[in-house]
Amino acid sequence: MTEPTVFQLSSPGRHGFDVPASDVPDFTLPESFVRQDLPLPEMSELDVVRHFTHLSQKNYAIDLGFYPLGSCTMKYNPKINEVTSRLSGFANTHPLQPLDTVQGNLYLMYTLQEWLKEISGFAGVTLMPAAGAHGELTGMLIIQKYHKDRGDIKRKRILIPDSAHGTNPASSAMIGMEIVPLSSDARGNVDLEALKALCDENLAGLMLTNPNTLGLFDEHVEQVIQLVHAAGGLVYGDGANLNALLGIVRPGDLGFDVMHFNLHKTFSTPHGGGGPGSGPVAVCQKLVDFLPDPVISVVEAGTEEVAPLYGYAHPAKSIGRVKTYHGHFGMLVRAFTYIAMHGTDGLRDIAEKAVLNANYMMHRLKSTYTLSYDRTCMHEFVLEGVWKDLPGIHALDIAKRLMDYKFHPPTNYFPLIVHEALMIEPTETESLDTLDAFCDALLKIAEEARTQPELLHDAPHNTPVRRCDELKAAKDLVLCCYPLEELQK
Amino acid sequence: MFTPHSDYDVEVMLKSIGIEKLEDLFKEIPERFRFPGLNLPPRMTEMEASDELESIAASNGTTKDMLSFLGAGAYDHYIPAAVDMLLRRGEFYTAYTPYQPEISQGTLQAIFEYQSLICTLTGMDVSNASHYDGATAAAEAVILAWHHFRGKRGKVLVSRAVNPQYRQVIRTYMQATDNLTIAGDDAETGLDPNLDKFIAQIDNNTALVLVQYPDFFGRIVDYRPLIEAAHAQGALVAVAVNPTALGILTPPGEIGADIVVGEGQPLGIPLSFGGPYLGLFAVKEPLLRKIAGRIVGETVDVEGQLAYVLTLTAREQHIRRDKATSNICSNQGLMTLASAIYLTLLGKEGFRKLSNLCYQKAHYAAGEVSEVPGFSLAFPDQPFYHEFVVRAEQPVDEVLEHLRGHDILGGYDLGEDYPELKGCLLMAVTEKINKADIDYLKGALSEVDHD
Repeated sequence: MTEPTVFQLSSPGRHGFDVPASDVPDFTLPESFVRQDLPLPEMSELDVVRHFTHLSQKNYAIDLGFYPLGSCTMKYNPKINEVTSRLSGFANTHPLQPLDTVQGNLYLMYTLQEWLKEISGFAGVTLMPAAGAHGELTGMLIIQKYHKDRGDIKRKRILIPDSAHGTNPASSAMIGMEIVPLSSDARGNVDLEALKALCDENLAGLMLTNPNTLGLFDEHVEQVIQLVHAAGGLVYGDGANLNALLGIVRPGDLGFDVMHFNLHKTFSTPHGGGGPGSGPVAVCQKLVDFLPDPVISVVEAGTEEVAPLYGYAHPAKSIGRVKTYHGHFGMLVRAFTYIAMHGTDGLRDIAEKAVLNANYMMHRLKSTYTLSYDRTCMHEFVLEGVWKDLPGIHALDIAKRLMDYKFHPPTNYFPLIVHEALMIEPTETESLDTLDAFCDALLKIAEEARTQPELLHDAPHNTPVRRCDELKAAKDLVLCCYPLEELQK
Repeated sequence: MFTPHSDYDVEVMLKSIGIEKLEDLFKEIPERFRFPGLNLPPRMTEMEASDELESIAASNGTTKDMLSFLGAGAYDHYIPAAVDMLLRRGEFYTAYTPYQPEISQGTLQAIFEYQSLICTLTGMDVSNASHYDGATAAAEAVILAWHHFRGKRGKVLVSRAVNPQYRQVIRTYMQATDNLTIAGDDAETGLDPNLDKFIAQIDNNTALVLVQYPDFFGRIVDYRPLIEAAHAQGALVAVAVNPTALGILTPPGEIGADIVVGEGQPLGIPLSFGGPYLGLFAVKEPLLRKIAGRIVGETVDVEGQLAYVLTLTAREQHIRRDKATSNICSNQGLMTLASAIYLTLLGKEGFRKLSNLCYQKAHYAAGEVSEVPGFSLAFPDQPFYHEFVVRAEQPVDEVLEHLRGHDILGGYDLGEDYPELKGCLLMAVTEKINKADIDYLKGALSEVDHD
């Protein structure tokens, strides 16, 4: 059923919030600045609450069911995070308050920096970036500035494997780097020969997602990193898939120079329907001076009786500020809560169970769906959503049919190097029963593809809306409750 | 902690995979680095973690314990209870980006409504689904303008009265763009609200002119002459707004702005020590295809039912990769929802009243403070919204320290960002401040000399 918009629900004279009366004398805004018209909706509080509750009911969400989106790490978002991040002591602090009034916040941020360093094996961390892509931009600016600082100005080439997320090339291109795609070998690793051919004095760096988007840990990762280093380049680690490595191996130990975290993937902060994320960046020792300004540090050492004073440090060769204030603090509180509740063993347990879940599903499905790279996977794996003898069936049909079984589909059509990709990441928080139910559904759909293909082609059947006309949306643009045509008149 | 596996489950799964133990899953990891044994504190139960976090939070001083006149880009407004109660619905906050429209209509329609509300508020034609914050939205405006002129216009003029952090972020984003100069915010051009020296720098090499409305000091400036001058040279104009002020101020869309950016935090989002906030971004129709970031549009499904989808995605990084003009891959989803709920609850009359109330209280406060000996307004003849600059005869740090003794956060010391405003304090007043609070402030300031 169609839910009207807030503008359609509006009725003159209604209001949803009582603004207090003024208790000061009247002052008059100069006439030339006065706004004439403000056609915001007029609704009662109850009608607003019902409207947005109705909207919420048109969403699928982790709290409703299994959400195996590859590379998105849709794990359970613990409820306690939502409580701690809203504590008045956090929520009601202004970002420009004097240091002595926000020692709790600064302690939390400093400690989180230390924990992230320990977990990843790096020497420095900034918590400022707002999302993974923002972390990539930050990290690439650091790499660029490092070369520039050494007078090594011709290094512009960034190598990016063909399996990488689109943000990798976009982040590098944003700062004027020259992107060269790097092919993968038959086992899904970086093609070493292709890499060698591109390692020269123009190389600025390599952006590597490891495990990669096929869910595979690069079997030659140390060699890859050595080749890049030997040519004078730096290696950027895309931490999108860090969930598989918690307590298993530290990217810093492997030789990565820079890496971003996705707190909204690995450390359970909610995805929020598309954001806000949080994308801290870690760097090796020689890049610490390039971190965004400021980083949180101890400005006066503590003693046995007195706690240290936390404050802001200004890295000597900083790339500058990448956003206002100190990053997505509310997300940092959630990630802190999550890490505190896991500790060393708990973090390793996350990675082990995430990898166990993925391998279990892969084994159940690989005789029915083609598995392009038949190796032990990490936290995710990629199937082909297509059969040679069924040319009419596509990954999209399988994805949409899964909705009829009340599951969120896997990521589809990514990574680009797998034909009709279905990329499945179960995460560690799903039980064996859920995994089995999902595998059963996928096996049933494979059967339906042969016996009743129209069930796939027409899917989904029971969702709030059915397949949408995306071409029409892009052609007859309506981006606002008033169509553009009317605005143009 | 949140892994549901019983020992039996693990056994069944290992057997099905055909391995003996969990460690066997990690044979491809270089052995010398495998299982490093992290040095982290022992894990806490939920109850312990809850206590620990409460105790950390309690060690802060908050805007609830103290009387706060801090603004400078983040504002302490009352947030109606319904906003957060709705945000807490798991259907909203535990959903991913709405890439599968059939099961994401809630998020999609909420963003569509957000876009519509922002267009209404700013007087613009098209809003995207948001950027990270006001500063990154401003940086994206610069990038848009740079690409709009295909790199052929090498100058971006940013007013010195734009939030210093926005200007820093713009410079960070653009540091690698050769042939682009960011200018107009030097001390020589200055802070004069008549803008003559600033306008004089607009030429046919100027891609974008960025101003703030109200400006960083709360001043309301008539930007019409500036916009005319910029357009005469073919340059684009971006206006960074405080959305709350638009309850009573002529919206930038009506005075000719091409782009509106801004910090959406005042629209129902808690201070939360600086984030997550909300980057507003809206344009006039001719720039519609140049916007970075997500956009939701209306369409129909196969049965002809009204539906919403992410649209114009061919601009974005997941399709265009290195040809995309921005790498943005998220929006401030839940924050857009908060602001949409907030704007709808306050509505046509409420939002105007709120905006006006901030204006009234700030003007009362400015008048009272400037009556105290030793304090005066730095820009006494300039219209302002809910923030104003106070010049103190005593050093600002001493004034702030004195006010702290009265549990007052006196405002933002401008000396570091603006040497010419050394000795000045930026004070913000929202609807949460009462007349009695302002009188208390006046009393406390009156004692400064006697300390």
